[in-house]
Amino acid sequence: MSVAPGSAAAPVVTVRLQRSVFERRALRNGLLTAGAWAAAIVAGIPLVSVLYMLIVRGGARLSWEALSTLPPAGFEMGGGFGNALVGTVVMVGLASLLSIPVGVMAAVYLAELGPGSRLSRTARFATKTLTGMPSILAGVFAYAAVVLVTGTYSAPAGGLALAVLMLPTVVLTAEEAIKAVPKITRDAAYGIGCTRTQVIWKVLLPTALPGILTGVMLAVARAAGETAPLLFTALFSSYWLFDGGAKLMQPTASLAVLIYNFSGMPFDNQIELAWAASLVLVLIVLIINVVSRLVGQRRV
Amino acid sequence: MSVMVKPNARPAESGGTPATNGSVVIDCKLDQVFYGSFLAVRDSHVEIERGKVTGFIGPSGCGKSTVLRSLNRMNDLIHGFRFEGHVHFHGRNVYERTIDPVAVRRYIGMVFQQPNPFSMSIFDNVAFGLRLNRFKGNVAERVEKALRQAALWDEVKDKLKNSGLSLSGGQQQRLCIARAVATEPSVLLMDEPCSALDPIATRRIEELMVQLKQSYTIAIVTHNMQQAQRVADITAFFSVDISKGSRTGYLVESGPTKALFESPREQLTKEYVSGQFS
Repeated sequence: MSVAPGSAAAPVVTVRLQRSVFERRALRNGLLTAGAWAAAIVAGIPLVSVLYMLIVRGGARLSWEALSTLPPAGFEMGGGFGNALVGTVVMVGLASLLSIPVGVMAAVYLAELGPGSRLSRTARFATKTLTGMPSILAGVFAYAAVVLVTGTYSAPAGGLALAVLMLPTVVLTAEEAIKAVPKITRDAAYGIGCTRTQVIWKVLLPTALPGILTGVMLAVARAAGETAPLLFTALFSSYWLFDGGAKLMQPTASLAVLIYNFSGMPFDNQIELAWAASLVLVLIVLIINVVSRLVGQRRV
Repeated sequence: MSVMVKPNARPAESGGTPATNGSVVIDCKLDQVFYGSFLAVRDSHVEIERGKVTGFIGPSGCGKSTVLRSLNRMNDLIHGFRFEGHVHFHGRNVYERTIDPVAVRRYIGMVFQQPNPFSMSIFDNVAFGLRLNRFKGNVAERVEKALRQAALWDEVKDKLKNSGLSLSGGQQQRLCIARAVATEPSVLLMDEPCSALDPIATRRIEELMVQLKQSYTIAIVTHNMQQAQRVADITAFFSVDISKGSRTGYLVESGPTKALFESPREQLTKEYVSGQFS
């Protein structure tokens, strides 16, 4: 370092640039990094080990027969859970038909039409409370609302119970997605001469669509795996849902309840089927999650 | 809305037309504008002349944006907004009770400070207004025309299906201009359209404004006096009155740009254009 003549001598600055592993700061940094790694691995263990068990024990029994035939009786060999697969798809479908339109429209109200109104404050509070509601209570509600009224366990009763569970997820994620649409985008829509309805339908909902779909997919995935609300709404059945004149108002099998029933039975055949059904259920949930991520990433 | 107003069409001189000369498209007499109890702008009479660029300049908080957004009733979206005065457009006061603000905005288009294309393809962005108005003609033709008018066609003609958001900031702003002119509005309002852009993109938009005024009447808010001198034919200078403990904007003077900058009538204008405050 050259010092300009005439100026006071510059103080000598010593710098230590050498990396030292045993310095306090470096040690702490290393430890915390290692801790974070360990925690991340621990967090992955449950899913990986569950998947491993399911693939090993359920994969052995997974076959076209398992997917397409009726559950076996007591000592019967073979069989499958085709009717439970159909039942889950039908009930989750019914639940989606109920909860998605209602949920998205409610979100439009909460996010856009009356965000600060008394109605929306109440609805938002109710929805958030519903998020934490034990799922069995959704079953109790559907039991009272449908099973007692119609006099039979049925797929619509199960669908209603699942819809009650899906609703809060759909409403809250859709509200966030709609609120996340930038104000300048709304300005653009109004500025070009959109009515409020057109702003909502042509700009807000399409722009928020990836976010809304993510929420919908998560709700669907959750509903597909629910057991408790189906126990006394759809009950279970060893027969095809649409057997005998496409009757919907009859007890309906579902994968979740089949797993619950069969895993407690003293027969190896049924227990193997329960493993296979678990694998199928997890795969369904996994696929829906992956799809929702892909959709969520998609930006036009 | 099936009727499209041709640019530069003669206004329908029906009842209630104010006594102005024929070249005034918008006659805005603004007595008081409130946001809640806050008096934002007072006593400003602005005339927007056909086929010209009218620039609104003034220091921050002088209400120039408020005045601009009052012209097509964009401020109606702001809670607590209240307008006293009139905005005569084609012989009607757009603040009349029977006027639909949505219809007003279809004749008086707007370009905003931040480029705000919709999250859809470039083509759909430009076609948006046409579809909104159930345009019956050839949409693709009109989209191309609008993109050419916005000097964007050559850059995007091979990627019309790409997202509007994939473009650069300057291109996005020209896309927004194309979107606004696609429906051929009578007047184009621009609220500091270059403030988020770099100097080169700014230059392009300024050149574009000079071309666009052949087909459209333009009113532009700008923070930049040089920009006003480059693009505006008429300039309106607003200032802030802080005498009553509040900050209320008002029109100081307006006139041909050259005259306003070189021989302003008011002392305040002289001080502002010579850079003594901003």
